[in-house]
Amino acid sequence: MLQLIADGFVIGSVIALGAIGVTLVYSILRFANFAHGELLTWGAYLAWTALLGFAAVWGPMEPLGPFSFGWTLLASLGVAAIATAALALLVDLLLFRQLRRHGSAITLIMASFGAALVLRNLLQFIFGAVPEYYSREIQVAIRLVPRDVLGGLRITPDQLFVLGLTAVSVVGLHLFLTRTTLGKAMRATSINPQLARVTGIDVDRVIRATWIIGAVLAAVAGVFSGLTVQLRPQLGLDLLLPLFAAAILGGIGSVYGAVAGGLIVGLAESLSVPIVGAEYRAATAFIVLIAILLIRPTGLFGERP
Amino acid sequence: MPDLLGLLSYGTFFLVFVTIYGLVVLGLNLQWGFTGLFNVGVAGFVAIGAYTSALLTAPDYPDQIGGLALPIPLGWLGAMVTSGLAAFIVGVAALRLRHDYLAITTFGIAVTLQLVALNAQSLTGGPFGLQFIPKPFADVIADNLAWNLAYLAMAATLLGLSYVALERLVRSPWGRVLRAIREDETAAESLGKRAFRFRLQAFVIGCMLMGLGGALYAHFVGYIAPEDFLPILTFQLWTMLIVGGSGNNRGAVLGAVVVWALWTLSGNVLRELVPAEHQARAATLQVVLIGLLLMLILMVRPRGLLGEEAVVSRHMKDSAGEVQEE
Repeated sequence: MLQLIADGFVIGSVIALGAIGVTLVYSILRFANFAHGELLTWGAYLAWTALLGFAAVWGPMEPLGPFSFGWTLLASLGVAAIATAALALLVDLLLFRQLRRHGSAITLIMASFGAALVLRNLLQFIFGAVPEYYSREIQVAIRLVPRDVLGGLRITPDQLFVLGLTAVSVVGLHLFLTRTTLGKAMRATSINPQLARVTGIDVDRVIRATWIIGAVLAAVAGVFSGLTVQLRPQLGLDLLLPLFAAAILGGIGSVYGAVAGGLIVGLAESLSVPIVGAEYRAATAFIVLIAILLIRPTGLFGERP
Repeated sequence: MPDLLGLLSYGTFFLVFVTIYGLVVLGLNLQWGFTGLFNVGVAGFVAIGAYTSALLTAPDYPDQIGGLALPIPLGWLGAMVTSGLAAFIVGVAALRLRHDYLAITTFGIAVTLQLVALNAQSLTGGPFGLQFIPKPFADVIADNLAWNLAYLAMAATLLGLSYVALERLVRSPWGRVLRAIREDETAAESLGKRAFRFRLQAFVIGCMLMGLGGALYAHFVGYIAPEDFLPILTFQLWTMLIVGGSGNNRGAVLGAVVVWALWTLSGNVLRELVPAEHQARAATLQVVLIGLLLMLILMVRPRGLLGEEAVVSRHMKDSAGEVQEE
């Protein structure tokens, strides 16, 4: 039981970080971005490429303390975050910006659907379809709770790292959105774009910031997913439904809602495994989605349906 | 003349697929082109139809539910009923809300159905799929080409019937309400039209056509598996509608011809040019090319090849010229 909850929190962290990007894009650019999952995949693979690059220059990485990875993975994470943000800005420049000028929101969704397929297949063309790993080191899980208390709890240092860095990212984003001018401008644009423009907010800058934040968090989430599971071209596609479910559950536009939604969806997936079996865990997100749409379509923290 | 026969055989095969896709795209056109509903789970609804019809009509499967050996028309009817039912459930949950929610929910049902198809061994045969799906008239027409031609005639008749029915529907008062809701929901509501009901009706009818398309596919190929209904299918169907021109039933069918021709052609070219060991990789490029085509059309010519007709009512035909001049 405890083990399932802990696993749920680890998956939930990945979903939460991805869902923040979905909810920000949805509330500021006003469309459901089906290509967001691909940002996770690209982030994960870009970090893997950077890792290979570092290994070629400085030799194979030495594991840092109890972790399965060395400092080069942290550096690769930074490289991947920057490169994924650049990718998101490029897709926006080439595609979404053109459509924003004279298209409707629905054309944007369709374009994002097309962009997702192009990005995914391009990635598969470059990297191939075989699963990859950041590290082949075998980790010893730390036993936090003995086996006779609620089934016990074991957690790997990598999983603790994921939980810790997720918490740091969320707090950092919170400070950014509440303390900086750009963060406040983003919130204003999300609530009322016309009014924000009238008060002199540079909406283009807000849109750029939205893509950068969404993509950086997506890259982090992608690397976490690669670290705790494996790297696959379908990594982002498989996470897309949980991301949407988490964003809607939390309430569109609410960053804290997305985090709470992500953790809840992660827990629900993990706890459903003993009931429905591991093969249906992805369907849990769909049940959560249908339930929230029927009961409370505004989500837990949202105001707008 | 063996070459001519080969060409005829290939052409028939190609046209059967075009007809089946055309039927599904007509359903999608009713949803998106006329009502503005964004369905991202088309492959899921096609799959429901294919599996339902297979389970109803196939001979008894050992260790599996289904295989009732019912007559094939009953299977097709069943396919439309189950697809419609699934659409009803999704529609009730999502159609009252903003259109993005329908996109997300339909995406969700397609993902979930893919999981069911892969894992519910006792119902769907799991990754191996369902085999021995009966082919209509197979015991009467032994020759392969003749049977393909017969199937083409049957599928084309169904496509023609659906086309005529849809043309009448969208030109009826009901069809005009759909467009009114698409253009301005508040105005339509204030005239007493319940937008939710009309949307739900259009969504369910569209998905029933998708289910029928799935059933036609299953009985033509005789074998279905989960990988026949991946998101790429949804994407191809969407590209057909956008290329042909959404909001125009002739455009929907034309798009099916054009995109399927491009798809098979580019597939053949890649097979010729790329050595066997790299073909799986090259296949991903094919998707990239079609994806770029869709995005280009969206940006350069969002109306598609045949755009929507400005006036559909025959009562307005006399003044149609004036309307277009405005």
